[in-house]
Amino acid sequence: MDNFGDHMKNIILVCFTWIFLSACTSTQLSTYQQLGGQPKIAEIVDNFINEIEFDPVLYEFFKDSNIERFREKVSEHICMLTGGPCEYTGDEMEQVHTGMDISESEFNHTVDLFIIAMTKANVPHTVQNKVLAAIIHTRDEMIYL
Amino acid sequence: MAIKKNIKKATKTTIKKAAAKAVTKLNTMRVFWCRPQLFFLCLVFTFTHISGAQSSDGKLIGTAGLNQIEGTGGGGIVPWATLAGYDSQEQISVNAFTTEVHLEDYRLNVLGVSASFYDRIEVSVVQHRFDLKTLGGEIKQNIYGLKYRLYGDVVYSTWPQVSIGLQHKKLHDGSIAAALGAINSSSGTDIYLAATKIHLGALFGFNTVWSVTARATKANQLGLLGFSGVNNDNYQIMAEASAAVLFSRHLAVGIEYRQKPDNLGLGEDDWLDVFISYIPNKDLSLTLAWAELGSIAGAEKQQGLYLSLNGQLW
Repeated sequence: MDNFGDHMKNIILVCFTWIFLSACTSTQLSTYQQLGGQPKIAEIVDNFINEIEFDPVLYEFFKDSNIERFREKVSEHICMLTGGPCEYTGDEMEQVHTGMDISESEFNHTVDLFIIAMTKANVPHTVQNKVLAAIIHTRDEMIYL
Repeated sequence: MAIKKNIKKATKTTIKKAAAKAVTKLNTMRVFWCRPQLFFLCLVFTFTHISGAQSSDGKLIGTAGLNQIEGTGGGGIVPWATLAGYDSQEQISVNAFTTEVHLEDYRLNVLGVSASFYDRIEVSVVQHRFDLKTLGGEIKQNIYGLKYRLYGDVVYSTWPQVSIGLQHKKLHDGSIAAALGAINSSSGTDIYLAATKIHLGALFGFNTVWSVTARATKANQLGLLGFSGVNNDNYQIMAEASAAVLFSRHLAVGIEYRQKPDNLGLGEDDWLDVFISYIPNKDLSLTLAWAELGSIAGAEKQQGLYLSLNGQLW
């Protein structure tokens, strides 16, 4: 009993330590740089708009919006949040989404589409996660408003 | 005339033999198809075909977790704060699952369903069939679970998602539990508090999930060996934890630990497991684990494979 238990406990200890330490190490490159800068963001946003256009649920939210302005402001926003050399010049997120009454499942569905947009732009899984981590805090300024 | 008779006899035996062979084959097939896993797979496929797009999809893939061994949304042996199923605040989801644990001297069969309402309340029912391979016989128990999400979203909130829940366990026949010295050999209730968090891109860009649970319990070996015993007759608080890395949106690898009381004085050990989960889509997941469950009812070093299939029906 002692032997096999100790062995497992050691493995578990190593795993926890690894997870803990990795959270402390900082990478030199910003997520923006790892992503591949402005051209890659443009590609992702193009794909994202394409996904929305063919989605019956989300298209409703966008059918009256100015797509060119959306493209520009979303790109700026992603660039800024991932640590790129941009400034977001759009309206407050809360102001934009008030009155839309976006539900949790609609928001999460949008994230699903955004992930598809990144995958189609050949963004590696690990970088996708870092981008999501950088931008998803805007959720509170978007749903049930 | 005699030759003719002989030929007739020979044909008869051949036919008889062939028929016997066919029956055996049919029997093996029946045994094969009666396995709950296969029945379950058919159920999932039928349902997903019928319900199609209606099934809940309001959470990100891989973030709904599994149904743990007692039916509650969680990992393999530990209840998590997450609710089983991909329902968001506007959706309802229904899951069915089956789990088998093969140990040296025992085999546990779990079959159950759970339903989550609006990502707030989860109810679950499972049946345990614990096969005593070495000793002979079987122990059956039903577990009724209820969970309430108190706070947060496992992915999006700053603090971990927190849920409270209970598992009411009812033994069909408590004679083995009573023989081993359980004070209560009919039923018992566990109460737990769980906190779970997913960190996006936290480990070299991979998503990680951790969960900790405090459980108040009197149960011996999940309740299969009754509740309380000569060593202890009170609720004790047990610590449980899981940690996993999501290597892609479809693959999770993790470890779990579950502290156990030793009420019966039979040297009940803490449980450990290492698992790998494959999540092809939001309707299906498959989990394989290596479980080290220590001493069970005097039989030492119980370890073996844990296999779980989980399907979202709605």
